[in-house]
Amino acid sequence: MTHSIKTSVYSLLLLAQLYLCFFFSAGFYKNQQWLILLLPVAIFSAAKLMSTLTQLIDAKVVNSRYIKPLVPALFALVVLIFWQSMTKGFDVSKILLPAPSEIFVAFISNIPTLWADFKQTYMKAVLAGYFIGCVSGFVVASWAIKSRFLQNSLLPLGNFVSAIPIVGIAPIMVMWFGFDWQSKAAVVVVMTFFPMFINTLAGLKSVDPLHNDLMHTYAAKSTQRFVKNQFPQALPFIFNALKLNSTMALIGAIVAEFFGTPIVGMGFRISTEVGRMNMEMVWATILVAALAGSISYGALALLERAVLFWHPSVRSAQAK
Amino acid sequence: MKAKFIHQKWFAIVCTIVSVIAIWYVASIWMNANQLAKTYERKSQSWTVSQVVSESFSVKRPMLPPPHQVLQQWYKSVFDTKVSSKRSLVFHSMITLQSTLLGFGLGSVLGIAIAVGIVHNRTLELSFMPWVIASQTIPVLAIAPIIVVVLGAINLTGVVPKAIIAMYLSFFPVTIGMVKGLRSADKLHMELLQTYNASRTQLFWKLRWYSAQPYLFASLKIGIAASLVGAVVAELPTGAQGGLGSRLLSGSYYGQTVMIWATLLMAAILGSVLVNIVALFERILLRRRGAAL
Repeated sequence: MTHSIKTSVYSLLLLAQLYLCFFFSAGFYKNQQWLILLLPVAIFSAAKLMSTLTQLIDAKVVNSRYIKPLVPALFALVVLIFWQSMTKGFDVSKILLPAPSEIFVAFISNIPTLWADFKQTYMKAVLAGYFIGCVSGFVVASWAIKSRFLQNSLLPLGNFVSAIPIVGIAPIMVMWFGFDWQSKAAVVVVMTFFPMFINTLAGLKSVDPLHNDLMHTYAAKSTQRFVKNQFPQALPFIFNALKLNSTMALIGAIVAEFFGTPIVGMGFRISTEVGRMNMEMVWATILVAALAGSISYGALALLERAVLFWHPSVRSAQAK
Repeated sequence: MKAKFIHQKWFAIVCTIVSVIAIWYVASIWMNANQLAKTYERKSQSWTVSQVVSESFSVKRPMLPPPHQVLQQWYKSVFDTKVSSKRSLVFHSMITLQSTLLGFGLGSVLGIAIAVGIVHNRTLELSFMPWVIASQTIPVLAIAPIIVVVLGAINLTGVVPKAIIAMYLSFFPVTIGMVKGLRSADKLHMELLQTYNASRTQLFWKLRWYSAQPYLFASLKIGIAASLVGAVVAELPTGAQGGLGSRLLSGSYYGQTVMIWATLLMAAILGSVLVNIVALFERILLRRRGAAL
């Protein structure tokens, strides 16, 4: 009983801080300095709430599936509250760091521009580059697995190339393929090819030789061996590369836009709005990038779980 | 005998290097020849194949400079130029190296600290770990110019903002590797130490830290490469202040293709040297731990 009373007190304290930082006039810490004492109280309450939730999850009191996302959500809420109260409370200049509420307003009121940037950078450059890079990495790896010579020659090359800061090739690609999205896609292709290649090769190599021997006794052709044994066994590695590449691709495309672009695109938006000191818009673009990155990563993780439902790595995670 | 020869590693590597250089030369002739042909047409000159080939090796602003041109430029700007000169690649490398190493150091410490926290505190694991992963789905490099500008506004310029970006990129692999490593201690050993009534600190220093070392070094190798990327990209918005990134950007603005390639070569050398230094430390450590290497 005391437990739930404590919990509700903590929640109320947290909500009070939320109210304070969103609805008080800017500069409230400067005007009434005692208010700043409430911030540690709110953070402490949130920490207590999180640890209560953790105990509930570990004790399996309720279905942990539903309350588990609440813990990181609370954490994010605390970060946002802290950010909002500091910037609003001390009336920090927008140029230095805009408050989350201001970023959100900028996001909502600029949706058409942000959407155009998103289409240019993500739908054109990232998707095309990601697709070509991943597919060709996979194809070359599945071809190299058959030959010891190719592996010996391509793997060191791959390791060497991965030590180069590949975003550095952006100016060259802009020179070759022009200012539009094609040059950004080319950067993405180069960035995604080698992770895919190295991971696929590692996955295809990880196949238990006994399984291959078994397939051999079934008189399986090499295509059958690949489709029915090697490829499924390599899938966890391939998904790793796909997930890794999904963020690398976005980074590559945005950075490549710093080297020249038509007047649209997320990298272009960031660099010009920084120049105009319009920081809310910059942060709104980052919000778009963060959403795009997280959603594509999450979608790939879901796909992985659906495709690899039979694999021990997925099954052990579900058992927990 | 012949079959064995072809399976040798060195043979494969030599073949790769030779074929990369050969393809590079062919491509540079092909790409520059198109450019040359247009100029001939404009001047309505006649041309022969051998003339085009020899000229495409020495174009001033080639589409793709041939390897020897890149090497010449690299050699010129590393050895024939004073280190203090702004044309020297050593000068720019040192600037990049500073922020890379500082960022790598900070990132490793931060990564280890987060991992230790996550392993010891279940609440921290549940609340923070998802965000550590999410932080990498955000294209961090997109924030680079902002961090540089914002920190510049509070008079923090030079190496620190760039190091912070390098840190942001390098802490993640360290965290993930360390969490795995600190948890990889043998269960039997853990139980043994618990029967000795070992405290959490003792458990950490005598077992966990030890079992995490191989994982740590695997992550550090990824981390230092990532931190170099961060440092180079962080230099893009600070244009004039130097560093390999600013060199790339100015090369791009002025169409100095050979310079871009030479800078890229320098970055590649720097990257592989850094990774190899970490790998060297790894080998020394693992040998001291008694691994058969």
